[in-house]
Amino acid sequence: MDKHFVGDTTALLGRSLRHIGRSPDTIITTALMPIAFLLMFVYVFGGAIRTGSDRYVNYLLPGILVMTIASGISYTAYRLFLDRQSGIFERFRSMPIARSSLLWAHVLTSLVANLISLAVVVLVALLMGFRSAAGIGAWLAVLGILVLFTLALTWLAVIPGLLAKTVDGASAFAYPLIFLPFVSSAFVPTDGMPGPVRAFAENQPVTSIVDTIRHLFADQPVGGGVWVALAWCGGLLVVACLAATRVYRRTS
Amino acid sequence: MKQDAAIRIRGLEKSFGELHVLRGVDLDVDRGAILALLGSNGAGKTTMVRIIATLLRADRGEATVNGFDVRADAPQVRESLSMTGQFAAVDEILTGRENLVLMARLRHVADGRRIADDLLARFDLTEAGSRRAGTYSGGMRRRLDIAMSLIGDPAVIVLDEPTTGLDPQARLEVWRTVKDLASAGTTVLLTTQMLDEAEHLADRIAILHEGRIIVNGTLPELTRLLPPAEIEYVEKQPTLEEIFLAVVAAKN
Repeated sequence: MDKHFVGDTTALLGRSLRHIGRSPDTIITTALMPIAFLLMFVYVFGGAIRTGSDRYVNYLLPGILVMTIASGISYTAYRLFLDRQSGIFERFRSMPIARSSLLWAHVLTSLVANLISLAVVVLVALLMGFRSAAGIGAWLAVLGILVLFTLALTWLAVIPGLLAKTVDGASAFAYPLIFLPFVSSAFVPTDGMPGPVRAFAENQPVTSIVDTIRHLFADQPVGGGVWVALAWCGGLLVVACLAATRVYRRTS
Repeated sequence: MKQDAAIRIRGLEKSFGELHVLRGVDLDVDRGAILALLGSNGAGKTTMVRIIATLLRADRGEATVNGFDVRADAPQVRESLSMTGQFAAVDEILTGRENLVLMARLRHVADGRRIADDLLARFDLTEAGSRRAGTYSGGMRRRLDIAMSLIGDPAVIVLDEPTTGLDPQARLEVWRTVKDLASAGTTVLLTTQMLDEAEHLADRIAILHEGRIIVNGTLPELTRLLPPAEIEYVEKQPTLEEIFLAVVAAKN
């Protein structure tokens, strides 16, 4: 590893965090849509949904957190695209800096921004009556899974950020990710879904992640699902990180 | 003397698909000199600049900057050279001072704040230093861009169309800056489409046409390429523009 990696990444991270600090609208927009879904599902549809838990908001929050991350990471593609378009990316690349620090700075920026958005969403959920029996250990486990999932999706977002030709192209890839929670156990239990839909829902990553977080919040044993969730997140992280690095090398 | 050239290019070729942009470029730039690289749109000036700035790989041929090979010793080349882009790649959300401090951190020089203050003073930006670069006029932004590229005292500065889109006043400011740089010993490679710019600034002028350097010399040398008129009613030196058009036409 380049001896300047940490210093260069820190300098570039400081730059991106200043950007966010000066236009916090990206964090607000990230949190806005999940909060809207939270309100709509708890106060409009929630009464008609049978989940087996006493409070629907307790059932719903894990899926909303996943959705928050899915909408937040599209800003990584957006920021990378803007850096490429403005020419500052070329300037950095012509300088004697650690090659990968440019990408890592954007990835860590995404992590910070998403954690802030997640905190806002959790706060709103608490106001709406969300309660958790989880102890500090379970909360840390939830945090760990969310961090892993954010990193995995962010590295995925780096790829369109590096390749996109337009702003719309850079962020459009996130839409399917945002809607993936709908065909999972995030909003309603999968039992009521017809065969093929149910098969998809139960075997896509969101269900295992949502179920694991739900169990942790309820202070219940997580069972084997946690390994499925970790395998999805870890696997996606490795694949996306390698692919993004490869694209980055190839475009240089 | 050629051994000691700040930039040395031999037989450089680059194609994009079927388009042969560079077809064997040979060029030397002496230390401390200002060389203007002239060429029409699409002549390959930017391609050439990007190759010597390690942003693009040549298909064939070699280029050294400050004695370092652009392919084999890319990190040393990046230490030796600073590039300013066609579109003034400054960070618009950061202030002028923050832009300079960031560059100092990424070039790993100590005391970035003092350097930033010195440069702001030198480029008449002290008052604007705490404002976002996005609020700067074209001339101020270009001065900041050049100031950013001076950090770390690179031996070679490449100015890719430094006055494109500037008003005449701002152009004069940039010209003054470039002259000051060269008199302080920095080697300057300047690409431009504006022939009077080359005429005013450059020690030597090279014309890139159809992928090759077809003329390379001082302004008096280039002037001699035109046959003198025998009868003159009005005494008039040929402008570089006339020379340019004449030598280009002769090649066709």
